[in-house]
This record gives sequence, structure tokens and C-alpha cells, in this order.
Amino acid sequence: MTRYILNRLGQSLVLLVLVSMIGFAVLNLAPGGPLSQFALTPGMTQADLDRISAQMGLDRPLIVQYADWAWRLLRGDWGRSFRDSRPVLDVIGGHFGATLLLMGTATVISVVVGTWVGIKGATKRYSIFDYTATVGAMVALSIPTFWFGLVAIYIFSLKLGWLPAGNMYTIGDGSILDYAKHLIMPALVLALVDVAVWSRYMRTATLDVINQDFVRTARAKGMTPRRVLMKHVVGNALLPMITLAGLQVPTLLGGALVTETVFTWPGMGRLFLDSLGYQDYPVVMGLLMFSAILVLLSNLAADLLTAFVDPRIRLT
Amino acid sequence: MSEKHRNSIFHPTRRQALAMMGLVGASGLVMPGILGRDKAYAAPPSTPKGQVIIGFSQEPTVFNPHMLHIEVDEGIHFSVFDPLFNVDPDGKFTPALAVEVPTVENGGISADGLNWKVKLRDGVTWHDGKPFTAEDVKFTLELVVDPNFRSGRRAGHDLVRDIKVVSPTEITWRMDKPYAPYPSILASTFIVPKHVLEPEADRNTAPFNNAPIGTGPFKWVERVAGDHIELAANAVYYGDGPYLERVIYKYIPDLTVLYTQFKTGDIDVTGLQWITPDHYDEAKVLDGKDVVIVPGATIESVTFNMEKPQFKDVAVRQALYFALDKATIIDALYYGLPTPTESYMPQQSFYFNPDLPKHEFDIEKAKKLLDDAGWKPGEDGIRAKDGIRLSFSNSTTAGNHIREQVQQFMQQSFKDIGVEMTISNLPPAVMWGEYWMQSKFESVVVGINFLTGPDPDTSDYFLSTSINAKGGAGQNTSQYSSPEVDTLLGEGGRVFVPEERKKAYLKIQEVIRNDLPLLPIFQYATVRGHKKGMTGFTPNVNNRIDSWNVGSWYWEQA
Repeated sequence: MTRYILNRLGQSLVLLVLVSMIGFAVLNLAPGGPLSQFALTPGMTQADLDRISAQMGLDRPLIVQYADWAWRLLRGDWGRSFRDSRPVLDVIGGHFGATLLLMGTATVISVVVGTWVGIKGATKRYSIFDYTATVGAMVALSIPTFWFGLVAIYIFSLKLGWLPAGNMYTIGDGSILDYAKHLIMPALVLALVDVAVWSRYMRTATLDVINQDFVRTARAKGMTPRRVLMKHVVGNALLPMITLAGLQVPTLLGGALVTETVFTWPGMGRLFLDSLGYQDYPVVMGLLMFSAILVLLSNLAADLLTAFVDPRIRLT
Repeated sequence: MSEKHRNSIFHPTRRQALAMMGLVGASGLVMPGILGRDKAYAAPPSTPKGQVIIGFSQEPTVFNPHMLHIEVDEGIHFSVFDPLFNVDPDGKFTPALAVEVPTVENGGISADGLNWKVKLRDGVTWHDGKPFTAEDVKFTLELVVDPNFRSGRRAGHDLVRDIKVVSPTEITWRMDKPYAPYPSILASTFIVPKHVLEPEADRNTAPFNNAPIGTGPFKWVERVAGDHIELAANAVYYGDGPYLERVIYKYIPDLTVLYTQFKTGDIDVTGLQWITPDHYDEAKVLDGKDVVIVPGATIESVTFNMEKPQFKDVAVRQALYFALDKATIIDALYYGLPTPTESYMPQQSFYFNPDLPKHEFDIEKAKKLLDDAGWKPGEDGIRAKDGIRLSFSNSTTAGNHIREQVQQFMQQSFKDIGVEMTISNLPPAVMWGEYWMQSKFESVVVGINFLTGPDPDTSDYFLSTSINAKGGAGQNTSQYSSPEVDTLLGEGGRVFVPEERKKAYLKIQEVIRNDLPLLPIFQYATVRGHKKGMTGFTPNVNNRIDSWNVGSWYWEQA
């Protein structure tokens, strides 16, 4: 087991190096560069741009820039943002909390509701509930999130005035109740799509289990349907969900760009887009490494967890 | 991304334009008395009261005013810092940290423009309580040209020599050569504290850059990255105001969301990028909001690369101007908001030339011009002369939908006169990178603010030595080269008395209008909104940011 984990971590390291190289190359080879946005600033001349480029070390060969960046990273220095000159980890940290709050809430809602809808849909197959859930999921999946978001803002903020139109909290308030009020709409809008996904997977997984021999045996020995469901079906149906959840963690922490923009939520998704837009290489690279590490770790965690709960799987 | 249509589009229909001109008055200046604080309004509160939330669609991130930054950052700079003197909406300088604005008349500037003497205000303190002195001014002027410091533009500052602190309230320096735009540059040179920054080993990463200390009407409180910046009233401010307890700059990355939050009252003022033109009709009738049209200094034009053989003949450029249907572009594509113009100079400027020939849209004249100049239609209907086909590409920022429509529209009109224009748009970072700076384009549609503050000097754009592609270091990307303009720009740059300077710039506008290295289409105007009762909101075409005078803002008391 330890060997397996070490092996996986070793592979991950190689992957990380590759990801960083490709990421760095693609970013830097994209034409323009971090200074092109200043080209039309009144009074800004090519001489100024050349000088600043040299000051920022952007005039060095790409390979030297990469080596410099990688060497600093190895020593724990993630660099500083081109935009506000703060350390990259501070920049990421500042947005991480907001994303965790929003995505965490949305995920809890979607897992709980999605699991329930999925199981219920599977046990009451072809019922009105099942059809409604299926159609609902299709609708939720086909309509873009920003549209849901804008409609929600239109109804609940502009017309009814019940909920704030966006932002994470009222500046100057910031009580738990205030946060909650601001969280409701974006979390539900986000959860809507996830509920659709989770319920579909859960329904399929439950159906898989429900038709298996051991379930029939359990029913035959006179167990109540409820106990069969809880004791034998749900546990087994949840197994594939662990892998799914593992795959979802990075998306979750990567933030939801569209929802964050519509609801002016200062999360990771927007940070990523803004940093890309300004060609803020240190932050983009930081985010890239951060999410690459997350993907690798959460996949590893999901595999280990599956092995732990499913005695049939042995990791070697 | 600092988009090139950053001064959102704007402009009145003819009736509104007339109404505006009435307001603006004969001087053509932006109505400070009408939109600004005036006797008609209630007096400001005796102590700071209430707060205002200003929405920006870009996030301010650079708080050290001398580091490379974009225009939105200046919202914070104007609130936290002071320059030696400000520039008001009329283009006049008003003293800030200086007791009086140095001029040739009052002896602050020597007649040859070389020796400067500035008297400073006594008793001003930094937000941390330390006194402000001439040492801070000296430090600031030196910081901007510090080779290790990542400053933005340095023009003018690099000519300053022998800075001497005569007393805590007096400073003198010498200029390497007379440079008339320098007062305008100083008007946006914010003074930073020596005692905070000097001890820092690396001023590019000093903590000051993320928690600035200034002398301005508002003090830094905090920044929640990606969300907002909070400032609080500076109770001991020496100047007008502040009348608000708190100012909050809120970052709202999407213009539709910005507008929605303005409607719901989540923000009080729509800042940078403002209200999009397509929302103007709805916005102007909103309850409890004042929505005004404010001219910007940015000029939209078709700019040619004069070194391309197609554009060397002035008849071609003039014919294309005749074939440019400006009125339709403005009315149909820009909701009638911008103002048509003949000059690169904003119409509010003291130096604007109102007597330039008026543009006519006339396809027949265009054709005749080309015929007379010997450009004959070939078999494919495209004109040619001496083996050069009148065919060229036009580029702009891909994704700027209105501009893309303008291009398609021009393409049709140009085809009518036997000229082929192809469209080749590029993403912003590519478009305004080397492609633009090194003149690799054939023609572009671009919005440029040619001026630095209120100063009429445009040497960076029109001087023949400012062509990067020819080893210069400026912004003359059209590679325009005119000995006459070179001479006039030189003269204008040496004269410090506005009335005398004006002659040179009137003439330059005339020459440019005649040579047409760029076809001026319109001067941008923007739709800006604020909650009713917000007083002191004064547009200023000479500054890039709405909140330049936020210290004078207050809520009208009920």
C-alpha cells in the first residue's frame, strides 16, 4: 500500500513538471505579452515598454525564464503577481475562501438532493416522479447557467426584491445571516446543474445494484424494502460515486466562472480569467500548478478511498 | 484586459446634442457649474456623512501611482493621493499640494521654461500623521526615473535636473530643455511619502503598494481582492471635503451586471466602462437615478499605415474619407451617442480647432478624386495605378462587435468606389502588441486618446521621430511624417503661455485634417449614472476617471 502511494506520488511529480513546462510555453508563446495592454495608454511609448519589459525580466530567453521560475518554485517562492505585486500564494488564498464557501454549499446541496432524487427515481422507476426528474435534469443540463442566474436575479432581486443581486456580502455588514442571503441564489443556481448530473449517475448506479442477485436474496429473506434499500442498495450504489466525487473536487475548487461573474462572487474562476486576460503569468502558472496538484491528489484520494470501502479492490 | 474601446461608446442624438451644447456653452467646455456643486444644491454636511459605492468593470490593482498601471487604478490614486496641482474640467490648473500653480507670469517657471520653483502648502500631514514636506516631492520626482523602479511613463520627468529642497515648503529644479507639457504631467503626478518608501529595499514590492499612504481626501482601509476597496474620510484633509465617511470601489467584471446592480441600488455610481449605449434609452428614465452623457477624450478613427503603397497618395485617403458614411455609423451602430469630429483633439480642449473643413459623405466625389489621380478600375472593378491595386486589409480587436459591423459597413461603401477592403481582426493582445506598435498593419479602426491630460502635445503620435518601425520610440504607428508638423510640434512644446501655444496646435490640426493619416470618425461619449442626491459628480474630460474629485462628493440632505 505504501509502495503504491509512493509510486503514484512519483508519477504525479513527473506529470507536474510536464504540465508546468507545457503551461509555461503556451502562455509565453501566445502573442502580445503582459505589456501589450499598455500600448494605447496615453503617453506610453515603445521606449517605456522596452524598459519595463527588461525590468520584469521578460526580455530573457524563454528557457531562462522557465528555469528561473521553476528554481524559485522549488524553494517555495511562487513569485509575485504582475498586476498587484503580491505573492502568488496570497493572491490565490484570497480567492480560495470565497470559492470554497460557494462551491462547498452548492456541492452539499447537489450531493444530498441529487442522491435522494437518483435513488428515488431508481426505486420508483417510470413513475411520475422519475419522469419529472429525468425531464428536469435534461432541462437543467441544457440551459446555460448564466441564463438561470440572470433570470433568478430578475425575479428575486429586481422584481420581488427578496435577495441581493450579487456580491458575497454587504460591505459593512458581513454577519452570517448576510452571507447566507447572498449565498442562496448563486449556490442554488450552481447546484441545479450538479443535482441534474448527480441524480442521473445515482439513478443509474442504483438501478445497477437493484437488479443484482444479492438484492433479490435480501428481499426473498423477508427484509423490508426500506432496509434492503438502506443496507444493501445505497451503500453499493455509492461506490462509483466516490470516483465521480474525486473527479469533481478540482472543478469544485477551480471555481465556477460563469456563476461567479453573474453574481459578482470574488472566486477562483474569475481570478483565473482576469489573470489570463492581463497575461499575469505568475498567477496563471500558480493557478495551473495549484489545480494540477488538486487533480492528482483528489484522484489518488478517490482511488484510496474506493479501495478502503470496497474489499474487492486491492491496490498494489 | 484593457480593451481598446474602453471609453465606451456614447453620444447624443441631434436633439440631445443641441441640448448639451446649450449646457456646455460657448466655450465648449463641460459644464462644471451645472453638474458640479453649485449654489442651487444644498450645502455639503459639516462632518463626513454616509458612503458611496462606485462600480468599476475592471479591478484596480496598482495603488502605487507611479507604477505601471491602467486607468481604473487612477480612481484610487485620486482618492488617496494629491498631485502638486489638479486640472479642472476647463483644463485650468488648480493648486493642491502646491500653494500656487507655477507659471511664467508668477515667476514659478522662468521665461525660457528651464527653471522651476514651487511653493508648497504648509501643515499638510500624511495619513500616518507625519508632516508632508518638499523632501517628499523630491523623492517622488526621483522615484519615477529610478532605473530599478517599474514606473509607467517617464516623459518629462526624465528632463528634470538639480532638484533642490530650499525649505520644507519650497522646491526648485532645472529642466534639461523647455518642455511645455510638463505642467499637465505634474497634474497627474501624485506625491508619495519619502519616509515610508525610501527605507524599502525593493520599492516594486513594498507593502506600501498594497496599503498606500497619501495626503488625499480618503485614507486606505482595506482591499478584498477581486471584490472591493474601502477608503475612509481623512478628517484632517486640507482641501475641499471630504464629505463622505466612506468610499467603496466595487469590482463588477460584467457590464450587464454592473448596470443591473446600478438599477437595484447595490452601487451608487457607475464607474469606468459605465452604462453600455444599448441601455441608454432604458437608463435615462430610471426612477431615482441621474443618467448623463459625458464626452471622453478618445477619438475613434480609421488609421492608415502610411508606408503601405496603397496609402501614399493623399487622393486615396481623401477619397476614402468621402466614402465614409459617418452619420450612419454613429446613428445606426453607436445609438447616435458619439459626436462626429474632424480632429484628433477633443472638442472640449482649449486647443481644439473648430474651423476644420466639414466632412461630406459623397460617393461621386470620391470616385472623381480617384479618377483624376489616375487610379483606373481594373477588370475586377478594383482600381489600380502603376501596378498597385487599391486593396488593403483593416484590423481591429476581434470580438468588438460594433467595430466589426463598422468594418463591414465601410467595406461596402469602399467597394462602391472601386476599393477593396478585407477584414482581418485579431485578439486584443495580438492586435495591440507588435502588430500595432511596429506598424505591421495596413489599416485599423482604433480609439485613441491622443492627449496626456489637458496638454495638446501629440509628439508621440505625429512626430516623424516617434515611429517605432523606423527606430523611434513613440506611438506614431501610422508612420506619418510631415516636416511642417515636426516643426510646429517643436514650437508648441517650447511655449508655456497657452494663448501663444494655441496657434501651433490649430495649424497642426489643419495639416492633419488635410493629410488624413487617419480618418476621424467621432469623439466618444459615455453614459454615466448615479443615484439621485449624489452631488459633486463632475465630468472632467482631462482626467481618465470619474472619481477624480470624489473628495467633493456628498449626499444632498433631505
